[in-house]
Amino acid sequence: MVVLTPFPHALFALDLSRPGAPVKWRFVPEADGGAEGLACCDTINAGPVIADGKVYFNSLDGHTIALDVATGTMVWNVRTASLDRGETLTGAPLIADGKIFIGNSGDDFGARGWIAALDAQSGHELWRRFSTGPDDNVGIGPGFQPFYAHDHGQNLGAASWPPSGWQHGGGSVSGTILFDPVLHLLFHGTGHPAPWNPDQHDGDNKWTSGLFARDPEDGMAKWFDQIDPHDLFALGSAEPGLAIDRDWHGAARHLLIHPDPDGYVYVLDRANGQVLSAAPFTTVNATRGVDLATGELRRDSNRASRFGTMTRDVCPGWPGATAAHSAPSADGRLLFIPVSRLCMDMEARNVSYIEGTAFVGANVRAKSPADGLRGALVAWDIEAAKPVWTVPEPFPLAGGVLALGGVVFYGTLDGWFKAVDAESGRTLWQFHAASGIIGDPIAYRGPDGRPYVAVLAGLGGSFGMVAKSSIDKRDATAANGLANALQDLPEPSDPSGTLYAFGLP
Amino acid sequence: MTRRLLILAGLLALAACKREQREVRLDPPALDALDQVALMPNGIGGAPPDVLPALGRPYETNAYQLSQGKRLYGWFNCTGCHANGGGNVGPALMEGWWRYGPDVQSIFASIRDGRPHGMPAFKDKLTTEQIWQLAGYVQTIGTYAAKTAAPTRNDEMQSRPSESRGPAGADIAPPSR
Ligand code: HEC
Repeated sequence: MVVLTPFPHALFALDLSRPGAPVKWRFVPEADGGAEGLACCDTINAGPVIADGKVYFNSLDGHTIALDVATGTMVWNVRTASLDRGETLTGAPLIADGKIFIGNSGDDFGARGWIAALDAQSGHELWRRFSTGPDDNVGIGPGFQPFYAHDHGQNLGAASWPPSGWQHGGGSVSGTILFDPVLHLLFHGTGHPAPWNPDQHDGDNKWTSGLFARDPEDGMAKWFDQIDPHDLFALGSAEPGLAIDRDWHGAARHLLIHPDPDGYVYVLDRANGQVLSAAPFTTVNATRGVDLATGELRRDSNRASRFGTMTRDVCPGWPGATAAHSAPSADGRLLFIPVSRLCMDMEARNVSYIEGTAFVGANVRAKSPADGLRGALVAWDIEAAKPVWTVPEPFPLAGGVLALGGVVFYGTLDGWFKAVDAESGRTLWQFHAASGIIGDPIAYRGPDGRPYVAVLAGLGGSFGMVAKSSIDKRDATAANGLANALQDLPEPSDPSGTLYAFGLP
Repeated sequence: MTRRLLILAGLLALAACKREQREVRLDPPALDALDQVALMPNGIGGAPPDVLPALGRPYETNAYQLSQGKRLYGWFNCTGCHANGGGNVGPALMEGWWRYGPDVQSIFASIRDGRPHGMPAFKDKLTTEQIWQLAGYVQTIGTYAAKTAAPTRNDEMQSRPSESRGPAGADIAPPSR
């Protein structure tokens, strides 16, 4: 098993065949501490990936690194992101087709989003496509067939912005990149437009806060669906969701199930980007549903953030109604969604772009919703578009979900690792870890042939950084306002990370 | 008699209104000298430039200078990384604990030269005087000792106890609305 720590990274290979899983090798890359100032959401990383005898990972300070998995010796190390431009790397690489696909983070630092493909053997860059700017930068050509009229036009990635706004426009590719071997397409989301102050990014801000389908060979776009044009609340759509092939109202379809930070589960046809259904899985008051004929998100003008005004009680608030991986049930009928139910007050302020500094322009104060429940695990019936059951949680769920057989595993910010029944949501088992959990649980079969579930406990990330000693919670805007909503987040008894592995019966 | 008293009261009032002196523009030699911080080899502590006491430490004690610092704090995106003092990717500046020293010359050096774990250097973006204004202001966010001068009030969201109002570390809940 290979474990990657937050920045400054260390990569550990654990020998699972020996008692106590001793460290087999350890790799610590050279690190540029400057990256810590650019880590909007803490110095986290979505993890390493193993393929064809190599382990690949991205470092916060902008390197993509390949190692020999048996020995831990470095095969190649290439600089793929530029800290000077506010770019960092927090996502996991995707390995498919002999290529490595990576994307950047940095919306809050005015970085321009991009996705790139590297040759898996050499690390050599094959192509790079941006989320903003003229069509040739974005990878838009004759093959681009978006489903909705509002995504048709020339150079919209520049024209739907104030002059030159797209150059620091965000739209990062910080979430998971999906590869679909059936349609031979890549799917990825794009982050929010920068800065947060909406009056400084007038227009639809293509191609931020939406979903792309691209050709893995050359990165050219096949379709795009903008979930949230002119995203007012910096929510973005970084996580594309899940590719599921199943029956949809009587016909077999290739679906993309996308739970969005705006609080809706979108079901798309992943062959063409058509939205088949969009329904709220949590309390939403900033918008009033999605028009399926036009793909348009209907806004509530009472909660439109504008420069110089304070917009109160916007739900969902930053960082969105869900910010981690959902999981499907084995039959593809249900989706288990880790939910944050926080709302926020937002005051838009002017901000200038200064290279290497935060490009935000908003005072934000996150808040508990009226009913005080800040999190939930929601079991969602995909076709009926409604919840089947909900487990209320005192804190927002920051980590992902693992569904295994009839059991759903997830971790909480206050350190519980829980197993609930997939049919009813009833708690079957729980364990209290030494620290809060923001990671995704994983399942594996050990060398002894037994099934295991493992999870890394260690508080951090957007939510978890509130508990850090470097945050003073008397400032309601600290940690992008989460300090206000998570005043009572317990400090972990052990600030380091702990890996737990549980044997399954 | 009443009239005399009134005049006297008027004179007293006038005397009390002696305005705070502000040095709007410094002489070039004084400006140059302001850059001469004698830091310890580790970039912390040491001594402030000699001109600072000679000028009467205006960046720490003069309300105009503090207010300028407060405006620069917003304009140069300190807010984006340190929030309104409570911290974000950058550490809190109000809890009375400093990684690189509490004295004004250490804070000045943090802003001018940057710090290795992600604090950018502002020496190419701000004048020396602006950096002093910021350093003086940053010291007031958490208020470690009572000060007689304070920057202007917030005209935006009041998210924390205001500057120079209470000792750092005191358990003051932020206003929730
Ligand atoms: C890109 C994010 C970023 C910006 C912008 C930024 N800072 Fe910082 N700042 C940091 C980080 C990260 C540290 C911690 C550095 C370290 O530990 O090496 C820091 C450290 C500091 C320190 C030292 C704190 C201590 O405990 O000793 C001061 C003072 C400071 N910053 C003031 C400012 C001021 C004033 C501004 C605006 C002119 C500013 N910062 C802008 C990220 C930032």
